[in-house]
Amino acid sequence: MSGMEEIAMTDQRATPLVEMRNINVAFGGVRAVQDASIELFGGEVVGLVGHNGAGKSTLMRVLSGAHPADSGEILIDGRPAMIRNPRDAKTYAIETIYQNLALADNLDAPGNLFLGRELTTRIGQLDDSSMESETRKVMQRLNPNFKRFRQAAVSLSGGQRQAIAIARAVYFNARIMIMDEPTAALGPAETAQVHTLVRQLKSEGIGIFLISHDIHDVFDLSDRIGVMYQGRIVETVQREGVTADDVLAMIIVGKRPEQLTSLEKAQLSV
Amino acid sequence: MTQIAESTRADIPPQAPTRGGIGDLLRQTEINFRLFGMLVALGVILVTFHVWSGGTFLRPENMMSLAVQASGIAVISTGMVLVIVSRNIDLSVGSIVGIVAMTYAVLMTDILPHVVGLGVDFPFRWLIALVLGVGLGVGIGALQGFIIAYIGVPSFIVTLGGLLSIRGVVWYFSRGAAVTGLDTDFRLIGGGAEGSIGGPTTWLVAAAASLAIIGLLYYNRRRRRRYGFPLRPMWAEVLLACLGVLFVLGLAWVANNNFWPRGAAEQYARANNIEIPAGGLFIPSGFPYPVVIVIAVTLIMTWVATRRRFGRYVYAYGGNPDAAELAGINTRWTIMKTFMLIGGLCAIAGAIAAARLNGATLDIGLSYELYVIAAAVIGGTSFAGGIGTIPGAVLGAFVMQAIAYGLSYVGVNSPGQNVVAGLVLILAVGFDTWNRRRGS
Repeated sequence: MSGMEEIAMTDQRATPLVEMRNINVAFGGVRAVQDASIELFGGEVVGLVGHNGAGKSTLMRVLSGAHPADSGEILIDGRPAMIRNPRDAKTYAIETIYQNLALADNLDAPGNLFLGRELTTRIGQLDDSSMESETRKVMQRLNPNFKRFRQAAVSLSGGQRQAIAIARAVYFNARIMIMDEPTAALGPAETAQVHTLVRQLKSEGIGIFLISHDIHDVFDLSDRIGVMYQGRIVETVQREGVTADDVLAMIIVGKRPEQLTSLEKAQLSV
Repeated sequence: MTQIAESTRADIPPQAPTRGGIGDLLRQTEINFRLFGMLVALGVILVTFHVWSGGTFLRPENMMSLAVQASGIAVISTGMVLVIVSRNIDLSVGSIVGIVAMTYAVLMTDILPHVVGLGVDFPFRWLIALVLGVGLGVGIGALQGFIIAYIGVPSFIVTLGGLLSIRGVVWYFSRGAAVTGLDTDFRLIGGGAEGSIGGPTTWLVAAAASLAIIGLLYYNRRRRRRYGFPLRPMWAEVLLACLGVLFVLGLAWVANNNFWPRGAAEQYARANNIEIPAGGLFIPSGFPYPVVIVIAVTLIMTWVATRRRFGRYVYAYGGNPDAAELAGINTRWTIMKTFMLIGGLCAIAGAIAAARLNGATLDIGLSYELYVIAAAVIGGTSFAGGIGTIPGAVLGAFVMQAIAYGLSYVGVNSPGQNVVAGLVLILAVGFDTWNRRRGS
């Protein structure tokens, strides 16, 4: 690596795209997220792993505006950001691809892609033709086999629905993408497609938070890995610096590998 | 040469239209299967009563009074579609009709002429009353909608409370009495000989509508061609245009073969010094105003539901409330607006009802909610949310009214009519559920 590149890189590293500081979320008495801080840089994939209920999705829902934080701070490009609802998040070019593929089942692909941001004619009429045309263009890039532009989403396969969800993020020029279990509902071929897409988006400078149960997904795609345990972020590590076993240990016990007692090590290796 | 042959072959869709039959016809013309089925059902019902009554039922005057009687329910049902599509219900529509109708009556007979002091001869009193009444309907809808959308009380409860308490307010409002004697201009809204647009205007409207149908088909085809989307076959476009124009002209023909009642015609002739011909004077009524209102409301509401953001959001919310919220839609405001809209439509229906009665009684609009919900549901609106069409609900209202009117025409009493109406509701929805399950 030449000196110039190194400088460029440190510059880029200077201000993170997203910085979440000391986020707390409680549901009644349950503290779903406790004092969690995490950063995301442009062109980077940060994997978030942890058990069910470890707080990954809740932390990301705070960033996507779906659930307000009780306390904490979010900085976008180093400036404090007010994200109170999904509309606010979209103004910061944050797009989320949800685990349950949040689509309206009764609307077709263009209807879902443009939901909340419909194209209209001069008199405010929905411009279905141009929405369909734009959808055809973006789907051509993401899933060229997709042809069912006028069928309700309920009749589409998991992969096709995922393609619409991703197309929505891509079309509106997301800078920050949150993918919550993007491959959970997909077969192997479609999963591979999503992987290719994630790398492509990353190369375009988009920052991606990737939530996944699949440790292989995470190791395949992430630059850094954040491990959550009972609402806390145990550690955020460079992917190169750890093994899958290290990460698994952190997920299960909630401690950094060097903090493990010999008893815990023994239990884990069984 | 080969190239052309190949490209032609490629143009043929995978399932080439070799099967023929009605399903294929519907697919090619993209006619909504449900709506088509309902039109057929309506036709079957009308013909059945025609035969049952010994061939006297299918007459223009019957068709027109049937349409006028269905108009109030039809108007409100267009709003009920949006309410049910967004997973709510409005049980208070009948009471809103009641209170608004009473408001019109009290305003025109008492408050405006005497309390405000506009005098008995002030010309636009009916218009002021109408505006205030619609405002009241929208306002009640806004209040209920606010409680439902922003406070989160289930719509069933809020509007059930509305059903009871608003009806009670009607009583206080009129001190328990019926109020009669509305402005003559206002009474035109209720239809009848005077309250119709007349023969020539009816033909003009029909001609304009025919041109609009052809224009819309042409515009859509040109648009789809410009974007390079698949087009309907040309024969399907022509068929659709012909059917549409025939339908419109047919309606106008029926309306214009409904003549003024003899007494009214003779009175009119005397007043205008027209000599009454030997066979009697036949003045075509044309479309009654309530029918004009139903047509206008249907068109506008269809436009709102399918071509406006608001309508799109209502359907999106019904399909998946979370998705709508996460897409950044202001779902609460959307829900509140559906209730404001149906409140306004209740006020229009209230005007038709009050004008027909020439006043308001305590029970005006009573059990409207049941017929309105039934019309929407027969028209294909699903309580699961996200599914339902405006024209379907209007057709549903006409189907219900055709059955009630037909039964009373052949001499079945009102309890008997209720028995049949209830059974038809269950049958229609049962058939629909079965059909959808088979389809999926």
